[in-house]
Amino acid sequence: MTPISHYLILGAILFAVGMFGVLTRRNSIGILISIEIMLGAVNLNLVAFSRFAETSTLNGQVFAVFVMTVAAGEAAVGLALILALYRSVRTVFADKFNILKW
Amino acid sequence: MSWTDLFSASLAFKLLGLVAVVFAVMAVTLKNIFHCALSLAAMFFALSGVFVLLDADFLAVVQILIYVGAIVILMIFAIVLTERITSEAIKQTNQLLVPASILCAALLGAFIYVIRGAGWSAQVPVVQKETIKVIGRQLLSTHVEAFEVASVLLLAALVGAVFLGKEITKK
Repeated sequence: MTPISHYLILGAILFAVGMFGVLTRRNSIGILISIEIMLGAVNLNLVAFSRFAETSTLNGQVFAVFVMTVAAGEAAVGLALILALYRSVRTVFADKFNILKW
Repeated sequence: MSWTDLFSASLAFKLLGLVAVVFAVMAVTLKNIFHCALSLAAMFFALSGVFVLLDADFLAVVQILIYVGAIVILMIFAIVLTERITSEAIKQTNQLLVPASILCAALLGAFIYVIRGAGWSAQVPVVQKETIKVIGRQLLSTHVEAFEVASVLLLAALVGAVFLGKEITKK
């Protein structure tokens, strides 16, 4: 069996890649894509701990189900917000969204 | 853990992990946002393969259903609804490129340092075969409050998405 540290390092790499995307993307849909990558990395960690720490209750997998629920809601609301913003600003680039400033 | 332990990983894990990381990097760096969404779908396929290696069969299927089947499709809808400006010439990254890479590399280094330094126990508990049964029981017994809150959250997200997505007509 592959040791747990390999799974955790894979999760860490995916999380760092996702964070890089969140920090550098201009396209707000790209930012949402990067956030989904980060959530997937967190899910991987939860499932790995659920396999290697305690398998009788599967708490980690239940938590991962909740993370997926929140991710689905977040994607739906986020994309609806982007569409609503696109209607008023006619762009999806995050550095053009300054209509809340004053 | 030492670097020689890297060879103790199974071939399937190495392949799936490599595919997942490559597609994740593609999803955050490609210029065409449509290709990014497709790379995200491929990354979630590889990640669900890793879930299968971790004996989480239910989560692997749910991951494909929800992420590839719903979220990526939603994103593609949003892309084709908004992108009249998807040309290769438009700059896709902001001015934070260098600081962000340094920060993420530092974060990754810290993660790997901590993970390698922690003393993980070598023994692996017995595999839980009835994952669906146990997850269902857990959802409706131990985590029933969280389950209800999640259903309210999904309802709120649904109503909010419909409200935000609706064309607001000036009276």
